[in-house]
Amino acid sequence: MNETLRRLLFLPQQRSTVAHDIDSLHYFVISVTLAGSVLVFLLAAIFTIRYRHPPEEPPTPNPEANYRRPAVLMEIVILAGLLTLFLTWWVIGSRQFVRLRVAPEGALEVYVTAKQWMWKFAYPDGKRTITTLYVPARTPIKLIMTSRDVIHSFYVPDFRIKQDVVPGRYTTAWFQVTEPGSYQILCAEYCGTGHSAMRGEVIALEPSEYERWLADRPFTGGPAGEAYVEPYTPEEGVSPQMINLVNEGQRAAAEHGCLRCHTTDGSAHIGPTWAGLYGSIVPLAGEAQTVADEAYITQSMMDPTAKIHRGYVAVMPSFLGRIRPAETAAIVEFIKSLRSVPRQGPGGEDPGPVRMGGITP
Amino acid sequence: MHEGPLHPQFENLDRQKDAARLGMWAFLGSEALLFTGLFALYAAYRTLYPDAFAAAASHNDVKLGTINTFILLTSSFTVALSVHEVRLGRARRAALLLLVSILLGFVFLGVKLTEYAEHFREGIFPGPSYRYEGLTGYGPRLFFTLYFLMTGIHALHVTAGMGMLAWVMFGAWQHRYSPLYHTPLELGALYWHLVDVIWIFLWPCLYLMHA
Amino acid sequence: MTSGTYEADLVGDKEVAPPSHVPTDALVDYLRADRGIRSWLLTTDHKRIALMFYVVIVFSLILGGVFALLLRTELLTPERTVMDAVTYNRMFTLHGVTMVWLFMIPAIPNTFGNFVLPIMLGAKDLAFPRLNLASFYVYLLGCVVTLGAMVWGGADTGWTFYVPYSTTSQSAVVPVVLGIFIFGISSIMTAVNFIVTTHTMRSANLSWFRLPLFVWALYGTSVIMLLATPVLGLSVIVVALDHAFHLGIFDPALGGDPVLFQHLFWFYSHPAVYIMILPAQGVMSEVVCTFSRRQPASYAAIAISSLGIALVGFGTWGHHMFVAGMSEFDANVFGVLSMFVAIFSAIKVFTWVATMHRGSIHFNTPMLYFFWFLFLFVFGGMTGVAVATESLDVHWHDTYFVVAHFHFIMVGGTLTGFLAAVHYWFPKMFGRLYSERMGLLTSFAVFTGFVLTFFPQFLLGNAGMPRRYYSYPARYQWLNVLSTGGAWLLGGALVLTLVNLLVALFWGRRATANPWGSRGYEWMTPVLPPKTNFAATPVIGRGPYDYHRPEEEAHA
Repeated sequence: MNETLRRLLFLPQQRSTVAHDIDSLHYFVISVTLAGSVLVFLLAAIFTIRYRHPPEEPPTPNPEANYRRPAVLMEIVILAGLLTLFLTWWVIGSRQFVRLRVAPEGALEVYVTAKQWMWKFAYPDGKRTITTLYVPARTPIKLIMTSRDVIHSFYVPDFRIKQDVVPGRYTTAWFQVTEPGSYQILCAEYCGTGHSAMRGEVIALEPSEYERWLADRPFTGGPAGEAYVEPYTPEEGVSPQMINLVNEGQRAAAEHGCLRCHTTDGSAHIGPTWAGLYGSIVPLAGEAQTVADEAYITQSMMDPTAKIHRGYVAVMPSFLGRIRPAETAAIVEFIKSLRSVPRQGPGGEDPGPVRMGGITP
Repeated sequence: MHEGPLHPQFENLDRQKDAARLGMWAFLGSEALLFTGLFALYAAYRTLYPDAFAAAASHNDVKLGTINTFILLTSSFTVALSVHEVRLGRARRAALLLLVSILLGFVFLGVKLTEYAEHFREGIFPGPSYRYEGLTGYGPRLFFTLYFLMTGIHALHVTAGMGMLAWVMFGAWQHRYSPLYHTPLELGALYWHLVDVIWIFLWPCLYLMHA
Repeated sequence: MTSGTYEADLVGDKEVAPPSHVPTDALVDYLRADRGIRSWLLTTDHKRIALMFYVVIVFSLILGGVFALLLRTELLTPERTVMDAVTYNRMFTLHGVTMVWLFMIPAIPNTFGNFVLPIMLGAKDLAFPRLNLASFYVYLLGCVVTLGAMVWGGADTGWTFYVPYSTTSQSAVVPVVLGIFIFGISSIMTAVNFIVTTHTMRSANLSWFRLPLFVWALYGTSVIMLLATPVLGLSVIVVALDHAFHLGIFDPALGGDPVLFQHLFWFYSHPAVYIMILPAQGVMSEVVCTFSRRQPASYAAIAISSLGIALVGFGTWGHHMFVAGMSEFDANVFGVLSMFVAIFSAIKVFTWVATMHRGSIHFNTPMLYFFWFLFLFVFGGMTGVAVATESLDVHWHDTYFVVAHFHFIMVGGTLTGFLAAVHYWFPKMFGRLYSERMGLLTSFAVFTGFVLTFFPQFLLGNAGMPRRYYSYPARYQWLNVLSTGGAWLLGGALVLTLVNLLVALFWGRRATANPWGSRGYEWMTPVLPPKTNFAATPVIGRGPYDYHRPEEEAHA
């Protein structure tokens, strides 16, 4: 019965401990909804046929037009019944909601970071993954989540769980997978261009297999289903595709003339050095400062005079429209790859501009 | 003494007057909701940063804030008096009282500008430019951002109110109003009183609530 | 079921000869009263203003519909079909903004409310005719600013402008939100006008409980507009300031809380949906009574529930935010209040159906729209109760289930109500009759297209497809194809509807003053109402639904 209704309603598999109960409430609510609407509509249809105006309607007024008020009692009974029904749904729904929200004691905690447009997972023992969340089946898992930029939402349809992931604070969600397998993660809060591509996978392993994965030993039950391209971040190690992106960035920087003003070895030149730039604090005009993240670097390419590094002159041209988005990303990756190269200024800071005399741009 | 123009959609002057008054009250309701939203924001952030907000409120100049309260209260009084004068047939006197009210409005704005200038001198700006060393952290910056937002929107309304008062002041001076007809003056007065009432709520939130 | 000619039904349709001292040009109908473009652009006649709104509103509907068709076409395949992700995101934002503020909110109030409200009250015009004209130009300005932002590519934030995305997105957020602010001003102007008119301009003898139910609906709508819109104004101003100057009120890096924006935004936007549905419900009240030739089964029930929806609707906004990070306690409070607000609509539904009982039912195009409304509104409304059930909403939130729910209400409810009003008041506004057969046919086509478009979306949501998705997992494709097919059908049906009415406008049979035999006050005027509505102020000595009396002229 549950399975029939589930398929009829296009609901996904019930793979968490709460899914079955939630779906039962779902069936209750939806069947009443459908039945109610059809009933009302049919009643109106019946009335239309039964009380249609007679073809040779005399021009005298409708003697039935005035109400003798039998409907009031019936209406009150129906409304009371409806309200009771709604409140019943509220009681059941709120109880289930609390169950969905409050993780059991001793749940395995995993830290989730959402950023445009990927999911990153960190385990208490230091293990980190991107996009794929490995968990032991039949064990409660508690997710502690935050966002690096805008609001995202962690959604696993098969588990019936969803929780917004908000920058500047932590939100939590929990689940217990009933059966090993691979379950899709979807971002459910619009977060920009890559929102619909921000997908992931929960891979629930048999607890013994999970222990083997945790210890970096070979295990079974690995990734299945759609293959995901893992995005690049320096800490995770460099995948072959990303090495190409960094090379691409180096090539693009040379081609577009960036290296005529920016060095990569930490020495001073016309523009700030790219060595050690990514992630550093950039002093701006007055007392202001900013962090050299992807946004700042990209902005400096497109709108160079917006936030100039203190001490430098506004001579950099804008590359808006002159450089392809892929090249922009590649150059950013290239700059990121130089983050550990030491700078030659005092205290390891940016060495400051070289005067332009004798340099032809 | 004329009874004012009867617009063709109305049956009689009484209805017209009722409609005008109800219209202004309805509009005031919408203005009140605008500021309610601002106060809600303030309340929410105050719950998040109670000590910081209290400390930042103490940093505001309570003398200037209180002076401004008295200025606005007085100007409301003079506006009410002007309505009273018109009802007694003394339209020119009413116009003068309105002039006083407008001047008090200018004084209010002047005091506010002085306060802003002092804040800027100390490095208290809205948003990311905030750099006052004496009160650091999220709380004070949010307090002052809200402070500028709330008093700024309020000041816009004060200016609009002064414009309305100027309009009816000229009308009063030109004897367009009489004991039988002075609805525009009443409506302008109502708006000014709302502007005053809003300040009465801003004042404790931004100046007085030190603990 | 007759095929549309009402001559046989007409009962004593007499023109009242005006008292002899009234100048005859007071009786020239409003379309011919003054000539020239200036007499239209600078008019203060509420009926002409209504027509000007009508034109722009229909244009907005078409525009929003074009955006929708483009979106649905893109969704035919799981990856790129006809546009890239950036364009798609801007397009669904524009679709939402256009439909909500350019169409749904003003559609019935500013077109039909403007036209019939004074007549229904026995008044010559609204309380503030110049404010009415101003509200039109402010609305027009809003259209120009919001749509003009398309020049810069428009915003890509969704119509809900959630921060921090909206305050950091590089798209044209500021002009779009400024346009919305301007629309808010127009709304508040309309609300003030309608409230004051209803209170102060009723003709003698017209007590509140003798007012047509459409007036009650407009009144409830206006109260919400008046009190909720300022909060929207504040929200968008803060977004604009945050975007332009990085004020950071909601920026966590500066200590702000992004979820606070959602509270502020939904405090308006939930009551806003009642702004959109209440007038449609008002239209339905009028249509049911006219075409069943009965007074409402319980006048007080419908009137009071209009106010009840307005009041309780203000307390339910958090049900949009169950997974946003609020406490379980707060969620429970919003959940239970949401259950209560649904009861008021249920009251109306029962009353309408009860009104048909022992009526003398005429099956015309407006009545057919009422049928669709009944099914779609009840189904859509009950799915609203469903998503208000907290645990179920966790799965459904931000999926196509919610999209289907609100389109059932917005399109199945408000648009159906709008189309019912379009057909119902067509003879009164233009003095012509449309082809009844085409009316019924187009109505049926609209319903079919609608169901085909949006019913699959409930299933898509159940299956887990999130909303605002440019690309999607392949298993969702065939439901999307079905939905897109329905969308094109719906679009075609709406175009046909428009064509039918345009044909009627120029070549339709001339109507009589009261082709439906309604007892509504607005049908007591001549075929086309004169510029000042009445030769002399009517003294209305009866109720608006007195079908037990012979049709009589009730004017002094």
